[in-house]
Parts: sequence; C-alpha cells; structure tokens
Amino acid sequence: MKNTDKAKLYWRKNIKYVLILLSIWFLVSYGAGILFKDALNEIKLGGFKLGFWFAQQGSMYIFVILIFVYVRLMNKLDKTYGYDN
Amino acid sequence: MTISLNLIEVISVQKWTYILVGITFALYIGIAIWSRASSTKDFYVAGGSVSPWANGMATAADWMSAASFISMAGIISFAGYDGAVYLMGWTGGYVLLALLLAPYLRKFGKFTVPDFIGDRYYSNSARIVAVFCALLISFTYVAGQMRGVGIVFSRFLEVDINTGVIIGMLIVLFYAVLGGMKGITYTQVAQYCVLIFAFMVPAIFISIQMTGNPIPQIGFGSELSDGSGTYLLDKLDGLSTELGFAEYTEGSKSLIDVFAITLALMVGTAGLPHVIVRFFTVKRVKDARKSAGIALLLIVILYSTAPAVAVFARTNLIETVSNKAYADVPEWFKKWETTGLITFTDKNNDGLIQYVADKETNELVVDRDIMVLANPEIAKLPNWVIALVAAGGLAAALSTAAGLLLVISASVSHDLIKKVIDPDISEKNELIAARISAVGAVCVAGYFGINPPGFVAAVVALAFGLAAASFFPAIILGVFYKRMNKEGAIAGMLVGIFTMLLYMMKYKLGWFDDVVPNKSEWWFGISPEGFGSIAMLLNFSVSIIIMKFTKAPPKEVQDLVEDIRIPSSAGSAAKH
Repeated sequence: MKNTDKAKLYWRKNIKYVLILLSIWFLVSYGAGILFKDALNEIKLGGFKLGFWFAQQGSMYIFVILIFVYVRLMNKLDKTYGYDN
Repeated sequence: MTISLNLIEVISVQKWTYILVGITFALYIGIAIWSRASSTKDFYVAGGSVSPWANGMATAADWMSAASFISMAGIISFAGYDGAVYLMGWTGGYVLLALLLAPYLRKFGKFTVPDFIGDRYYSNSARIVAVFCALLISFTYVAGQMRGVGIVFSRFLEVDINTGVIIGMLIVLFYAVLGGMKGITYTQVAQYCVLIFAFMVPAIFISIQMTGNPIPQIGFGSELSDGSGTYLLDKLDGLSTELGFAEYTEGSKSLIDVFAITLALMVGTAGLPHVIVRFFTVKRVKDARKSAGIALLLIVILYSTAPAVAVFARTNLIETVSNKAYADVPEWFKKWETTGLITFTDKNNDGLIQYVADKETNELVVDRDIMVLANPEIAKLPNWVIALVAAGGLAAALSTAAGLLLVISASVSHDLIKKVIDPDISEKNELIAARISAVGAVCVAGYFGINPPGFVAAVVALAFGLAAASFFPAIILGVFYKRMNKEGAIAGMLVGIFTMLLYMMKYKLGWFDDVVPNKSEWWFGISPEGFGSIAMLLNFSVSIIIMKFTKAPPKEVQDLVEDIRIPSSAGSAAKH
C-alpha cells in the first residue's frame, strides 16, 4: 500500500469514528436534553424527570465516555496503521 | 481528641480563612520557584513535555474560573432547568476539542493559536487577525477574573476589593512571569486539587444533611431525609410554584434560545485560545486526546455537583426565609446583608419576609453568588469548611487569570514581535519580551479589575460568542478542508467576529439605542449569549463562498494539512 493511500484510508476511518461519536453527542444533549425534554420528562428516574436529568447530569457523563471511547478507537487505529511511534 | 475538636471549633472563620489562603498561596509560590522557565519553549508550552494527567488537571483548573466556582451553582439555582445551557455548553465543547481540534493542533506543534492560523493560511494578515481575536477574547475574560479575586478577598478577609485585586495581581505576576506556561501548569495542578476539594466538601455535607446520601449527584434526585417520603426535586417544584416562580425542573427560556446558547457555549469553549494552547504542552498526539478526556472528567466532577448544590441551596434558602419573621433570621442573613448581597425591604410592614416571583410584592433580593459563598453557613457547617470555600474561589480565579495572561503575553511576544515585527529576535530577547508582556498584561487586567468598565460583567459571558464566531470555524476548516484558503478564512473570521460584536453592542449593551432593545427584537428570538452560534454559521458560510471564487492554497500548505492529519512524529515543536 502506498503511503498516501494508507494516510487516506486512515483519515477516512477517523472521520467515520468522529461522525458516529458526534451523532451521539448531539442526540444526548440537543436531543434528550433539549428537543425531546418534555416527552422524556414523563418518565422518572428516582426523583429525576428523565429530560431534566439528561440536561443537567446524563449528557455530561456521556460526553466523558465519548472522549475515552475515541481515545481507545484511535489508539487502536494508530497501531493498525503504524502511526503510533 | 475532644480537646482538639473543641479547639477546631473555636477558631473563627476569618482565622481559618487566613490560615487556608496563606497555606495555598505559599504552595503556589513554592511551585513557581521550583518550575522556572528557562527557554521560550518552557515559557509558551511548558517544554512540550507535560504528562496527560498533569495537563488534564491544569486544563480543568484553567477552565474553571471564578464564574464556574462561585457563580454557576447560583445561576442554576435561580434558572432551574435553563441552567443546563451552562452545564452542557461548558462541557460538550471538550468533545469537540478532543475529536476535532486538540490532536491536530498538537501535531502541528507550534506555540499559539495565531501560529496555526498564520501558517495554515500562509499569511501574516491572517496571523494579525488571529492575534486581534485572541487579545479581544482574553482581555474580556481576564478582567472578570481579577474582579473575582478582589470580591473573594473582600468578602472573606474583610479587605477592600482593590487591595484584594492587587494581592491577586502580585501572586499571578510572580508565577506567570517567572514560570510562564511551566509555572502556570504546575500551580494549576495544585489549584485544581484545592478548588475541587473546596467545592465537594460542603456539597457532600449538605447532601448528607438533606437526603442522607453522601453523593450529591444522586442526593438531589433522592427522597428527603425528614421521613416524609417526598423527593427533593418534587418539593422544590412545589415550593417554586407556590411562590409564583416557574417550576424548577421546567425553566422559562424558549427552546430555540436554549439550543442556540448551548451551541454557542460548546463551540466557544472549543475555540478559546487559553484552552486550546494547553494541548500544545503534551508530548504526543495520543496524549492530547487522552488529556482532553481527563480534563473533562475532572471538570464534570464539579459540573455535575453544581446542579445538586443549586437545588440544596435553593430549597434551604426558601425554607429558611420565606414567610419568616425578619427579627428571627439567622446570623448569616445579617452578615451577608451588610455586604449588600441580600437586601430586604418590608414593603407591607408585617415584619415577615415575603419572597415571591411577583416584583411588586417581593421583599427579598438575593445575589446569586450567595448560593455558593454562604451555602456552608446556611447549612450550619463548621468554620473551616466556610474558609475552604474562600481558598477554592481564589484558586479558581487565579488559575484562569494566569492561563489567560499567558495567551496575551504569547500573542504579543511570539505572534507579533517574533513572527511579524522582528523575526531575527534572539531566543533570549524573546523570552525577555514574553516576560515584559506578561507584566503588562497583568497590569492591564488589574486596572480593569479595580476600575471595571460597566460592561465587563456583561461581556465576559460573550467571550464565548467571540471565540465561536472567529477561531472555531477557521481551525476546523483548516484541518478538515484542504481547499480552504487565506481569503476565505480571513473574510470568515472578520465577518464572524464583527457581526458578533455588533449584535452584542446593540442587544446586550444597548449602545445604539437609548435603552437595551427588548427581547422581541432579537434575530430569530436568539439572545446575545446564544448569537455566537449564528455568527459561527455566518463565518463558515462566508469562508466557503469566498474560497469558491479564489485560488486554492499552495502545494506546501496542502501538504501541511495532510501532515497534521497523521499522528506520528508529533515532535515538531522540538524542532521549532
């Protein structure tokens, strides 16, 4: 595989990961926390209405998880493509 | 044991404050002496050798300002659900940073954001526009921090606000000028520990008191510990509606505005130069990604506690004052009344405190900062906990101020002097220039702290809008769109930042009319705080349209873009 092809393939995989993770990022914050808040508020999680919980708690936890998932995915990808030195 | 416990209780709040603030300040100065900068690389990016954990802690302290520490929980406690814009906005930006910016800027491997803009857009005009944006954003932000330092000093140590600002200036001056980024990074690591401890201790105490659960994040969704079986949030919703306020968990902002503000804050966070520059300090690209994750984790510890503190404090406040006789109010009420942060006017002369939503009959005005500052007293916590809050507030304000001052001094000594005015300047002289600019920046910040222009407080929140409108699109396009050229980027940044400035002047400061225009005149119903998202979209569109009609960037710039997309050999900062 030529170096430029390898770089292109690596970049395309990276973009795919980013798009998937950012869709989740959007869904939990703008989706569950804002746009669908009222519908989710019908469901209760202990004393929390679910929409409120996503807006003030849940989306933040998921943000942290998203970054660490990205770190793992990219470390693996770097290794596969030999970019990890 | 009982004797020493009694002793601890006897020491007054003020003595405790002196002790704790004194110890933490000595610690910061000690660290500064230990980590002096000896080269420009030390001064700008701490030698490029900070570990991901240290950088994560430093980033978290850098990020969490006096506003996060002192004001945020208070804002949430008055805004209810709407407070989510700050919680999501100021954390979600780190996902953008980790996925879209930090790794590539680290690979690029220079010292500042204008470095990237200037090199990627092969033009000193682009560099100068970037310096202008960086200075505008950082100065609006830092003035608020110095003011915050002054306020904490004056409330807890009973010195005058201006004396407080000057003490703060001297401390920051000492470690920022001596240590540069290296000194700042390691003091910020210590400051993170101080501020998170100071924030969590009262929160955990109060959570146990009110709900029996030591974890505040769970506590505020639990049943009250008084055996009534009512959920705390249901009780607060009830109390709020009883007094005529909006239901706490519902909020009152329009959907589109909540959406726009959250977006502007997220994108603005990812575009703030003092945050971005932290990712130049780690060794490798993978460390940049990892330390963004660590930073967010450490930030979320405080940010997920803040809404719990907001609920505890709001419930406590209403229960303590609403319809109670003014003659019987607890001591903290009188104490904070003298600072002007609580004001009570007995409008109907019944001797009772009417705290209601209706402005005509409401008799109590409470400054939102009280919710964190007085919270330990309201909850009757021991004196040392109250003093701890002062040390934490100072750590938060000082760490952010230092980070901003570094961006300002690097913009002047590196981006303007080294890159534009005198490219042949020696390393030694550049380091001297950097130190002098840091001194200058501290003085300007201190001046604004002592003589705050009326608009500073209003403008600090808008620094995010400015960052969203200028840097974010320019950096994203620079990495992800190889065809983007200098004409597009410069036009985009200028149109973005000036549209944001004009909107802010008209709708926030009211400079073009006799009064600040009414909400109904906002474009698309979007507040000045949320307008950064519109200005950002405008920047993107202008950049792309102008690019379509102008020349593609030269081959070597396109190669540079290819290069920063690949993580290996990230050590180019060393070759700088």
